[in-house]
Amino acid sequence: MSTIAEDLTRLEEIVRRLEADDVELDAALALFEEGVARLRAARERLAAADVKVQTVLEEADGELRVRDLDE
Amino acid sequence: MALSLFSDLMTPTDDVWSVTQLTTAAKRIVEGSFERPLWIRGEVVGCKAWPSGHWYFNLRDAASQVRCCLWKRDVVRGAKPPADGTEVFVLARPGMYEAKGEFQLNVVRMLPTAAIGQAQRELERVKLLLQKEGLFDPARKRPLPAYVATLAVVTSTAGAAVRDIITVARRRWPGVRVLVVGARVQGDGAVGELVRALRLVNRLPEVEVCIVGRGGGDREDLAAFNTEAVCRALAAVRVPTISAVGHETDISLTDLVADVRAATPSAAAELALSDQRDVRRALDDLASRLAGGLAGRTRLGLERVERAGDRLQAAMEAGLERRRHHVARLAAQLDALSPLRVLERGYAVPSGPDGRVLKRQAEFRPGEPFTLRVADGRVDARVEP
Repeated sequence: MSTIAEDLTRLEEIVRRLEADDVELDAALALFEEGVARLRAARERLAAADVKVQTVLEEADGELRVRDLDE
Repeated sequence: MALSLFSDLMTPTDDVWSVTQLTTAAKRIVEGSFERPLWIRGEVVGCKAWPSGHWYFNLRDAASQVRCCLWKRDVVRGAKPPADGTEVFVLARPGMYEAKGEFQLNVVRMLPTAAIGQAQRELERVKLLLQKEGLFDPARKRPLPAYVATLAVVTSTAGAAVRDIITVARRRWPGVRVLVVGARVQGDGAVGELVRALRLVNRLPEVEVCIVGRGGGDREDLAAFNTEAVCRALAAVRVPTISAVGHETDISLTDLVADVRAATPSAAAELALSDQRDVRRALDDLASRLAGGLAGRTRLGLERVERAGDRLQAAMEAGLERRRHHVARLAAQLDALSPLRVLERGYAVPSGPDGRVLKRQAEFRPGEPFTLRVADGRVDARVEP
């Protein structure tokens, strides 16, 4: 699943390419569709998001263990 | 008269103070006179660690002395009471011990002046070394990413820093994942734990920014953040770093090594995380640019098609014109070659009953009919018998 950050970064890339004029019409349409989907996903995620807090511990065998942190 | 005066002064009036009232008032005056703890320099006498864990001692100089106590919670783990005559700095709040009516200092921090000198020299050494190696170089500083999905925080899990950062994150950027990598930030073992935690951050591939620091509400011991080991571990973190050592005025060496310095952990979170209101605005902007981009692209496509149509039309027209010329030229040639033109000049072409053109005398048989083709028609004829 993409993150809001990834969505935003990709959206900026899509818009830049669409604005650049040298993209074929078929590709432009595909970019536009992807952009709309990313936009919707980012807005939904922003609305639903809650800060996730976790701690990382290193086990004796060197493995990392991530667990949710109760506040 | 004299007697009366004497009796006024020497006889208790109605408003007699109790001892407790007095010590309470004195306490209020003493404690109200100092807004914040003071650093006081003096010589320790009679310092003793009691079974309760508290330390009691006197602090003196050439002329005066004052009772001091250092509560258990402020005693550095594993520390031993200093010997008589040790010169120290203490950070203390002046107060009253009401039960004994004693003026005393509530010490929260005690540092031998010799250690301070040593610590200062060590700090200067590390600073100079790291500076020479270019670890403070502005050219090394990396920019913070625009949008952070995963943030690492190296600090004490029990400290105020984590809480402060989470509070800011909730408000500004609720989409963020905060990975707390716990480490003691002061006292024995702090350096080793901070180094281990910073190295551990490099094993978390999803982390995009790392905040290292400690809460502003904690006691203000920056020593671990001034060590060579912690500075080097911080410099080796693969993502942009923010140092937030919870102290507005003092600068720690990690502040100089980190890509960004923040005054407090809250300020660090503010710097690391975008404001969701800005992000909503950015999304609106991207939405309109997206629509505009496609519209522009479509218009461009249309224009291109129109241009192509125009060229096609022009090409077709040019082709037709060429063909028209060609046909006219061919027609002129045909015209010149036409036998009709010859007939115009008075010649005639004879042809037999089978339609064959009669070219030789022998082809004319006496009595036989033939046709003469002249300019404007045909004439039937017969060879004389």
